[in-house]
Amino acid sequence: MAPTATYPNPRRILIAAFALAALGLLAFTGVASADLLTPQSGGSPNADDIDTLYKIVLVLAFIIFFAVEGVLLYSIIKYRHRKGAVAAQIHGNTRLEIGWTIGAAVILVILGGVTFAMLPGIRNPPNSQANGYSGPGTEPIKFASAADRQPPNGRALRIAVNGQQYVWRYTYADGDKNRLNNVFAYNTMVVPTGTTVTLEIRAQDVIHSWWIPQLGGKFDAVPGHTNYTWFQIPEDKAGTVFRGQCAELCGRNHANMIAYVKAVTPEQFKLWLAAKKRSIDAANRDVIAQRKVLFPTAADKATQDSAVNPTP
Amino acid sequence: MAAVDTTAQSVTRVPQVLASKVERPSTGWTSWFTTTDHKKIGIMYLVTALVFFILGGVEALMIRLQLGAADNTLLSPQVYNALFTIHGTTMVFLFVVPIMAGFGNYLVPLMIGARDMAFPKLNALSYWMFLAGGVVFYASIFFSPPEMGWTAYTPLSEKAFSPGGGVDAWIFLAHLTGISSLVGSVNFYVTIANMRAPGMGWGRMPLFVWTILIYAILLILALPVIAAAVTMLLTDRHFGTNFFMPPDGDPLLWQHLFWFFGHPEVYIMILPAFGIVSEILPVFARKPIFGYKAIAAATVVIAFLGLLVWAHHMFTTPSPSVVLIFFMLSSFLIAIPTGVKIFNWIATLWRGTIVFKSPLLFAIAFLSLFLIGGISGIFLAIFPVDWQLHDTYFVVAHFHYVIVGGGVFAIFGGLYYWFPKISGRMPNERLAQVSLGFMYLGLTLTFLIQHSLGLDGMPRRIYEYQDIGNLELYNQISTVGSWFLGLGIVLSLYNFVRSAKKGAIAGPDPWLGNTLEWFTPSPPPQNNFDEVPRVRSIEPMKDIRRQVERQSGITSDDRELVSH
Ligand SMILES: [Cu+2]
Repeated sequence: MAPTATYPNPRRILIAAFALAALGLLAFTGVASADLLTPQSGGSPNADDIDTLYKIVLVLAFIIFFAVEGVLLYSIIKYRHRKGAVAAQIHGNTRLEIGWTIGAAVILVILGGVTFAMLPGIRNPPNSQANGYSGPGTEPIKFASAADRQPPNGRALRIAVNGQQYVWRYTYADGDKNRLNNVFAYNTMVVPTGTTVTLEIRAQDVIHSWWIPQLGGKFDAVPGHTNYTWFQIPEDKAGTVFRGQCAELCGRNHANMIAYVKAVTPEQFKLWLAAKKRSIDAANRDVIAQRKVLFPTAADKATQDSAVNPTP
Repeated sequence: MAAVDTTAQSVTRVPQVLASKVERPSTGWTSWFTTTDHKKIGIMYLVTALVFFILGGVEALMIRLQLGAADNTLLSPQVYNALFTIHGTTMVFLFVVPIMAGFGNYLVPLMIGARDMAFPKLNALSYWMFLAGGVVFYASIFFSPPEMGWTAYTPLSEKAFSPGGGVDAWIFLAHLTGISSLVGSVNFYVTIANMRAPGMGWGRMPLFVWTILIYAILLILALPVIAAAVTMLLTDRHFGTNFFMPPDGDPLLWQHLFWFFGHPEVYIMILPAFGIVSEILPVFARKPIFGYKAIAAATVVIAFLGLLVWAHHMFTTPSPSVVLIFFMLSSFLIAIPTGVKIFNWIATLWRGTIVFKSPLLFAIAFLSLFLIGGISGIFLAIFPVDWQLHDTYFVVAHFHYVIVGGGVFAIFGGLYYWFPKISGRMPNERLAQVSLGFMYLGLTLTFLIQHSLGLDGMPRRIYEYQDIGNLELYNQISTVGSWFLGLGIVLSLYNFVRSAKKGAIAGPDPWLGNTLEWFTPSPPPQNNFDEVPRVRSIEPMKDIRRQVERQSGITSDDRELVSH
């Protein structure tokens, strides 16, 4: 049944529609940033691997999308009602139906295969670069849980991330048992480049979610649980500040719970750490001194009295 | 035509649609309060759900206005959080689920050739519980509206962090609408199992009835879990228990319980939409549904698998690898029957003679939009990819493509399709087309770009954002789109209100339908059918029309619909 002259050739309409869609898509992609169609990446190998995996899925998705929408568009143009046309009274076609069921399954098997192939690179941290940071805080831990993945040589800078309404607190491991003298910081995490950083993520009030898009996926900070992730910022990114924010609704100011990760060279990091350590030690000393004034013991009293009223 | 069995006696009489034994229907406004007629209850469900849809839509527009500019100060974080909480709750609990109950109520007895639901009084109870749930929930906006999101994640929804009564109003809503749906589901199940017309075996049941059956079973399986969960939350909040708070309780327990209900809930919303589309396509393609058995089977398989995928909402929680892998693979599996359905629907159009009336246009829009929601779901099922996309606007885009592009477009297709049956009058085609155009354009502008918003780093549920990357541009596109979408919806609603008074008289079977509801006057009399014809195929009304043609010599295909 050839289409009547008043209607344009359906195939031509189809081709035109596709060309237009493709052109529009290209133009839009050119105008907007690279993150129009793909996740952010570039700050860490795991983020890059997720980006690659995403792009593989995206290619398959576009193929499926254009094929299915194409057939749909074709059938509604080609099989629109015309005078004298008779609909084919087909109830089904078992071979065809089994065929596309298997086809759908095959696509998913491929996707599953690709995912499993890429999973180790996304989840397992590599060793730090040769000239990465290797000072305090990178001591191998003896008993890591299965979820707490470590680099093959066991050496990574360990930082505990704690979410609370509406700030992030970072505590740097320092190799000793005393947790009160650790270097800590709020909101901006300073990290060395070329160094594998492993995070232990916790929360102390409600659920939060740690997410710096360019450094990999997000991991929920759930009260009563510990979540783990890692990143390793390439050396040429020293000086970059990566931005992210809490991704799980945590209350009215959820939108303002921003996190920054500032990448510095390992040398700068050592200096920063030492300076932080000094100021924290000084602050601790002040606290101890103040406590002596406010809550003095008998021995403290004696020294204070002798200081106030020196014996002549 | 050879398939039609001409030996049955009844067929010679049934072609004239008669309603001689009509009981005098009760009239007046009080009749709406006292009625147990499934059609009146169905209309009340449809209208009430549409009212909640308008409320939820207004909330959505306010959300989009706030996000229309970076660092906007139009709404306070408190109001904003309340808005998205009420919007989500409204659309799920007070619009999509109950409007499907509305369609089911009105249509199931008509489609299976029954005179009413099995338990008419329970049916009325079911409606009034739904309305009560909506009223108590909305009453909270005058006191302290809930701000914890429709997922009510603990510990945020616990008393320590949400002391106001909004969470309790939400719990009350979950209980009331839960009882409503449970009672309604049992009613649907019993009606469908026992009251089908002679000859209507399981293999001849209309596909919409299949989906309502599965909808009912899923509700019966999923609702007790959410009822238990919200009760535990209630005792946590007021009676000193500690189910969801560390160190004794576990916040993840809430997520497991919530999503064990919440994911089937997605299929509870979308399966009846599939049913509506499965009814519309063959009628307007003038061709039997392609692969009836495959579509019915796919419905059952989707429902079964839908009970096994809940933790794909929890890929970023501290959960063992085996859990992540299991739920990724089970989510993959569910894509297969869903894909099968889409292929079958397109194959139904293939080699048909498609009549482009408003119900069909909405059904085609459904196909093209739902596909996008299905494809974006694959990205989210791959858990390492989900680690980037979870809780961002990509997810918002995904489920709006499913629930608006899928659900709402099918619902509007269904409203246009059955409007002549319910009101006795035809909707305005031109207005329907304009409305569809705005809705399609609006949905695409609003939600397509939201994938990019998520990829560009914007999380959900934030009341303000800094203009980093293209966030402001993308948000503005989305906000403009939301007003087109709103306009399109308003045009259709206006169309229904206007056509109910001024539309052309429809007659019993204006679309040349396939199912039994078209074998009775429009609107149907109180007793639905004087005589229930024997069902010989999945298209009993087509059989009846052919019978008439053979006896009268007038072919119904000649009285084309184009004239309407
Ligand atoms: Cu937070």
